[in-house]
Amino acid sequence: MARPVETKAFTLEEIGYSIFLALLAVVCVILAGKAWEPQMAFHAVVGAIFAAAGIFLIVKGFQDRIAQPVQTVDGRPNYNYAPIKFASIAAMFWGIAGFLVGVIIASELAFPALNFDLPWIAFGRLRPLHTSAVIFAFGGNVLLATSFYIVQRTCQARLPGIVTPWFVVLGYNAFIVIAGTGYLLGVTQGQEYAEPEWYADLWLTVVWVVYLLTFLMTLWKRKEPHIYVANWFFLAFLVTVAVLHLGNNVHVPISIYSYQSVQVFSGVQNAMIQWWYGHNAVGFFLTAAFLAIMYYFVPKRADRPVYSYRLSIIHFWALIFLYIWAGPHHLHYTALPEWASTLGMTFSIMLWMPSWGGMINGLMTLSGAWDKLRTDPILRMLVVSVAFYGMSTFEGPLMSIKSVNGLSHYTDWTIGHVHSGALGWVGFVSFGALYCLFPWLWNKKEVYSLKLVSWHFWTATIGIVLYICAMWVSGIMQGLMWRAYDKLGFLEYSFIETVAAMHPYYAIRALGGALFLVGALIMVYNLYMTVVHGEDAESVATGAPALAPAE
Amino acid sequence: MAQQELDHLSGQTTTGHEWDGLKELNTPLPKWWLYVFYACIVWSIGYYFVYPSWPLISGYTSGIVGAQMRSGALADYDNGVKARLANAAGLAEAPLEKIKSTPAYLEFAMANGKAAFGDNCAPCHGSGATGGPGFPNLQDDDWLWGGKLADIYQTLRFGIRSGHKDARDSQMPAFGKDAVLKKEEIAQVADFVVSLSDPAAKGAGVDAGKKLFADNCAACHGDDGKGNQEFGAPNLTDKIWLYGAGKDKIIAQVTEPKHGVMPAWEGRLDPITIKSLAVYVHSLGGGK
Repeated sequence: MARPVETKAFTLEEIGYSIFLALLAVVCVILAGKAWEPQMAFHAVVGAIFAAAGIFLIVKGFQDRIAQPVQTVDGRPNYNYAPIKFASIAAMFWGIAGFLVGVIIASELAFPALNFDLPWIAFGRLRPLHTSAVIFAFGGNVLLATSFYIVQRTCQARLPGIVTPWFVVLGYNAFIVIAGTGYLLGVTQGQEYAEPEWYADLWLTVVWVVYLLTFLMTLWKRKEPHIYVANWFFLAFLVTVAVLHLGNNVHVPISIYSYQSVQVFSGVQNAMIQWWYGHNAVGFFLTAAFLAIMYYFVPKRADRPVYSYRLSIIHFWALIFLYIWAGPHHLHYTALPEWASTLGMTFSIMLWMPSWGGMINGLMTLSGAWDKLRTDPILRMLVVSVAFYGMSTFEGPLMSIKSVNGLSHYTDWTIGHVHSGALGWVGFVSFGALYCLFPWLWNKKEVYSLKLVSWHFWTATIGIVLYICAMWVSGIMQGLMWRAYDKLGFLEYSFIETVAAMHPYYAIRALGGALFLVGALIMVYNLYMTVVHGEDAESVATGAPALAPAE
Repeated sequence: MAQQELDHLSGQTTTGHEWDGLKELNTPLPKWWLYVFYACIVWSIGYYFVYPSWPLISGYTSGIVGAQMRSGALADYDNGVKARLANAAGLAEAPLEKIKSTPAYLEFAMANGKAAFGDNCAPCHGSGATGGPGFPNLQDDDWLWGGKLADIYQTLRFGIRSGHKDARDSQMPAFGKDAVLKKEEIAQVADFVVSLSDPAAKGAGVDAGKKLFADNCAACHGDDGKGNQEFGAPNLTDKIWLYGAGKDKIIAQVTEPKHGVMPAWEGRLDPITIKSLAVYVHSLGGGK
């Protein structure tokens, strides 16, 4: 395509990022030299290398580019797909890594000898590696890819800047590397789902603010007068996650040369802040943002209008208003005051219908197109994800009721619940989105093999069913065994007997997880073949991908 | 403003907006959805009238019932314990033998002992009390510190090498590490010790070992090697070995002995539970 010839010069943006990264590199080198612990020194060196690599990429990008990227080509928006491609590939890489670690720790629970007495692969270190890898690395990259894609397409506007979108995507993945290597080396601040230490938190804050600004500036440039529903959900996610991240990471480092820090809140206040964060990480990261994916990809793939605009408004505002209060249900029957516990429970119950609003809008969008489920395994994956979403958002309020929670809390039922949401909802909606995105981004007609998508779908579905059924049975059994009394009022079972009783279910769970991993590997092969051997679509790279109904 | 269109499949009109080919229908809210949502809100408001729920500047709304989970649970617990003890009135003061011989007491003590054993003793002694390397089997009649009810009770209360002032305490000298005996001498003693429980085993050092044993070991383990429960010195003539059978294991133990520790349970478990545990362990099969 013809680009207007301009004289090339470094933009203010390129200069700004270069100076920032250069300063960061200097700070990292100083920290590396004066670090108190080898872990800190290691992370400072990694930080310095990343910052230097960033400067290199900016300079190389400058050499390679001809002029300022144009906003439109032949009257059509000149979308910026390269960072989205990177995030999509990163999502698959981290997804496989995260699922694999999940299978390993599930196997360690079933057969504890598998940790080989090595501290780096002990359950305590791998567990946060698994949760962070699947939620923040896999899920986060899926969200980066889909949010940048959706906001550009629905606003008919290019992402702002040359370096900025790359800074968000690469900066976020740098955070993942720092966090993940830290867990293996025993670096953690001990807050569940917020384990990375203070310097990783600061870095993520910078990246996240730039992410939010990038998103807002794209919205600002939009050609459409209204903002599409998916973007409301992304915006809620971006703003709330920033607030949650700052709220739950109020830690004071013991020295800037040490990775260790001390949390400011303590006791029950800390627990309350932690679960306000933890629950809304589920609410805004894993629910709101993935609903945004649903709101774009389901109607796109089904080639149908969204079922109800009104429902989307009502359930959006109800969801974001109610979710933020529901955290205390994680702390029933603890030192948390009872009023907070009750409040959290009632807000969880009120959240039931607003959550289901998303499911209704997703499923009912299919009305008139249900036949496509028979022929299009990608749409089937997206629809089943919405069904799992509906199931786990019913189970959640149920488990938040105090008397139910008295049985379920601290048992595997919670793990089963989380994974029906994580594997069924977040996993499947992400897979469905990636199956759509890859052909669109690489300008291919369709994925390499719909048959392999079907194989992925069934392997993973069987895996999920094995996983969650095993955890339901073992969780409820565990809860019942814990509260079983003999006729004289003594506990019927010792703790170790309850552990021994769960062994077969732990083995089934590991098998279910392994099937889910196999499914994801099939996807990676399929998408690799799509990029390398897929048939090119006819439309030009910038044009709207013609959405072919499945054959 | 964009044009609303009729969607023929659903019979609804669209809102008239379009984003990247995506449109939205004007479908009203599903009635059942709205009413269930209202019902959840009404239920929650009802809940606020009944139970503690909303924070105030100081304190909180306590609700009509004003229930407190914590005080309720503690009251339930206290009532449960009282009801349980009602079945076994006088057990707290009863001597151990009387507990063993009174059916109501015995039933209580066995149930209490089983529950307490599972969560406190099983980590070392095993769920079935059969022990493991370094942790004595409580099912057999081979006792280090005595297997009478009173012996077991004392061990439970104060522990072994636990640091408690009344703990059972003893230490086998490190004959090898402290160079009391030479390497060859330890091997000879080991040959002799093996022969105590296995007369067929005729190691080269049995005869020399016999003399060394009499000079160095018999003071605690006895001339005949049958041990002494006064010092927790094990009987060496049976085939029960705390730290493993065979000459090599014996050499290791004589060279640099391991000394097991059992915690003192007094102060950690209530007095009735400790008594119950003594009776329970005594009843496992090996009690004297």
